[in-house]
Amino acid sequence: MIDELFTISTLIGILHSCVRLATPYLFASLGETFGQRSGVLNLGVDGIMLMGAFFAFYAVFEGHNLWVGVLVAIAVGILMGLLKAFVSVTMQSLQGISGIGLYLFGLGLSSLLFKTLIGSVEGVSGFRQLAIPLLSDIPGLGHILFNHNALVYLAYIMVPVSWFVINRTTLGLKIRAVGHNPEAADTLGVSVNGVRYTTLMIGGALAAVAGASLSIGLQNVFQENMTNGLGFIAVALVYFGSWRTVGVLGGSLLFSLVNALQLWVQALDIPVPSEVAVMMPYIMTIVVLAFTARQIQKPAALARSYERGE
Amino acid sequence: MGTGQRRFEDRIVYGIASPTGGHRAVNFRLNAPYVQMYGIVKRFPGVLACDHVDFDVRRGELHALLGENGAGKSTLMRILYGLYQPEEGRILRDGAEVTIHSPTDAIRQGIGMIHQHFMLVDTLTVTENVALGLKSSREPLLDLGRVEAGIRELSEAYGLQIDPRAPVWTLSVGERQRVEIMKALYRGAAMLILDEPTAVLTPQEVDELFVTLGYMKENGYSLVLISHKLQEVLAISDRITVLREGRLVGTVPTEEMTRHELARMMVGRDVMLERTRDDEIDVGDVKLRLKDVRAHDVTGQPALRGVSLSVQSSEILGVAGISGNGQRELAEVIAGLRPLSGGSVEMDGMPITDWTTARRTESGLAYIPEERMHDGIVRDFAVSENLVLQEHTSEKFSNGIFLAFDYIARYSRQMIQDFYIKTPDIRTMTRNLSGGNIQRLILARELSRQPKVLVAAQPTRGIDIGAIEYIYQQLLEQRDKGMATLLISEDLDELLALCDRIAVIFEGQIMDILDRDETTAEGLGLLMAGVHPEKQ
Repeated sequence: MIDELFTISTLIGILHSCVRLATPYLFASLGETFGQRSGVLNLGVDGIMLMGAFFAFYAVFEGHNLWVGVLVAIAVGILMGLLKAFVSVTMQSLQGISGIGLYLFGLGLSSLLFKTLIGSVEGVSGFRQLAIPLLSDIPGLGHILFNHNALVYLAYIMVPVSWFVINRTTLGLKIRAVGHNPEAADTLGVSVNGVRYTTLMIGGALAAVAGASLSIGLQNVFQENMTNGLGFIAVALVYFGSWRTVGVLGGSLLFSLVNALQLWVQALDIPVPSEVAVMMPYIMTIVVLAFTARQIQKPAALARSYERGE
Repeated sequence: MGTGQRRFEDRIVYGIASPTGGHRAVNFRLNAPYVQMYGIVKRFPGVLACDHVDFDVRRGELHALLGENGAGKSTLMRILYGLYQPEEGRILRDGAEVTIHSPTDAIRQGIGMIHQHFMLVDTLTVTENVALGLKSSREPLLDLGRVEAGIRELSEAYGLQIDPRAPVWTLSVGERQRVEIMKALYRGAAMLILDEPTAVLTPQEVDELFVTLGYMKENGYSLVLISHKLQEVLAISDRITVLREGRLVGTVPTEEMTRHELARMMVGRDVMLERTRDDEIDVGDVKLRLKDVRAHDVTGQPALRGVSLSVQSSEILGVAGISGNGQRELAEVIAGLRPLSGGSVEMDGMPITDWTTARRTESGLAYIPEERMHDGIVRDFAVSENLVLQEHTSEKFSNGIFLAFDYIARYSRQMIQDFYIKTPDIRTMTRNLSGGNIQRLILARELSRQPKVLVAAQPTRGIDIGAIEYIYQQLLEQRDKGMATLLISEDLDELLALCDRIAVIFEGQIMDILDRDETTAEGLGLLMAGVHPEKQ
């Protein structure tokens, strides 16, 4: 049975799943990259994802267009980002603790709204496969890379877009400066709090889209706590990727590959206890963080609130 | 606001080349006041930091602002730069009243400030640091090419050698200072406030800085030099304003002043900083010996690469060097805070390489750490708690598992008296004391134990002249009593005043060890830069 895992068609299937399943990781960890580069650690990503997932699903469930669902999720994500910014930037609470608070808030509220407004597990028809003409006809590779839904493509487009914003715009320069030396940025008239509010709103919007990509893109249902801690892995991926967008891309693909393998191992009925298979990405998170987190690129002011003083 | 900044940028980039000379600093009437401050009052909780202070700077003038720590000189300049708001007073620029609420306002008034702790983002390049916070010519995209061209032109015009593409973390301290000056120039500053700019430089870098400042002065820039070093103030300033305890003592033309008169204005009484050492004392046995000591820094890079030296009783051995050449690691290795990767340390003839810090202290080692706020005291402890921190388990200060509070209180009061520590009470939180008083506290704790060996790292950095005088006195007194001292300092005047011999450290190695009598500041400066005159 284990041989089945190594047939060409299975391998293509696994790689296709890998590209597809990287979508929520990419959105969420790119968003988190913005926040962390500006010095704010947001552990509430998972909570924002759940809120985004719910609202996108609910909009579609109520008969709205899929893109309206995405926009609703973005709006909710921005609000969640603002909440995080108010608590950790304006009120200067400890970033780690307030992030966990935000996560629990998102988890609780999305469950409550789900029970009140929908009640039972329902399905919707989410984003459809959108094969790119010609490119998707390439044998093997075409199916792996160019036969996905719109949100999957969008996630990959966000990689160079994020890189460009961080490295080639005045906003990006401010983000990098504020994350490394907020005092220096402040003396040059850069609003440290303004930059951090901006990055947290961007991060919130992307985390919410990550959630939407689950509920109306990949799984097309909403369930309580459907992210299963995926948002925390997204935070870990930012460390894994050394705060660089390319690193985050690599990390996301690695994790989704493990995820895809896990799914296929189960689907092919290979005799590995399903619990072990499900544990694989999480074990991987710990191992990877323990051995590869390079601190060299770390924003020096990460998780430190800024107050103008001496 | 945006267009204002844009205009500065345009003028700088095109101004130098244009025959009409768009530079603001070029169009000046020499000696006309650029900035005037009248009756400035600033209060902090419990302190009157500035008490109706008047101050003015002329165009084409280098005006020194002199005073001890806490005299209010930095506060006054921070008000001018918009970092603090004054309670009372007026600020005029070119004769017209202005309000400055933020550094952005100050920059718009042509005022730039070079902070003592550089305000640079290490991970960014020189160009990115200069461009930060400015409107780009093609918002929202960066236009680093254009900024780089502007930097190159200013570089040439004012003799500020910098590579615009270098990341700041690769630059030396002197180069970083040039980046700071460049930031201000690029923003169209006509006036520069320099907060203790020479504190971190080698003698050669100081000379280079003074050449640049002289050149800027000729071009009509107004310069304010905040300092407590009498020598350099006398050497390069045109006028001197002295502040003491928040009040203006006076503004005087430099050529009419002597070092002695200035010190008196600053402290309010006569000061003895000159050596009062007794050269007749004979040095005795070797108390501290390092043999081929090797150690790594926090990042795992080799920081000490085979250091050998020895200090005898009744001797002060100085260690000169530019910050970051292994001094910190050297002190920590002796104190037992950093493991050796090779070599050995001996105290009083005994190998102590593997001893814990506690055992070293009990056996007669005293340590004055470089980061006094961080390593020297616990900031949120009371003065009395910090005074007994080292020996709190000794019989003197404890009864079994309990602290002997009555005795600790009596002892603390005695220490406060003996070491002239200015504190409202022995229960006062130590963080509320001034730098000089914290250093007196550490001195009291370390020296009252009658140590055999003292390692003092930058003991007078950033503290006022009165406290410095006292520390010098104590070090020399203990030396006469037989203590062996290793004095690590970046202040060459201090080393030349106190030491019997001076070792120069460069990149983790001892370049040479010289007798004080055969040493000059210039000679030390070369060694500190890694140049050995005899080995060339």
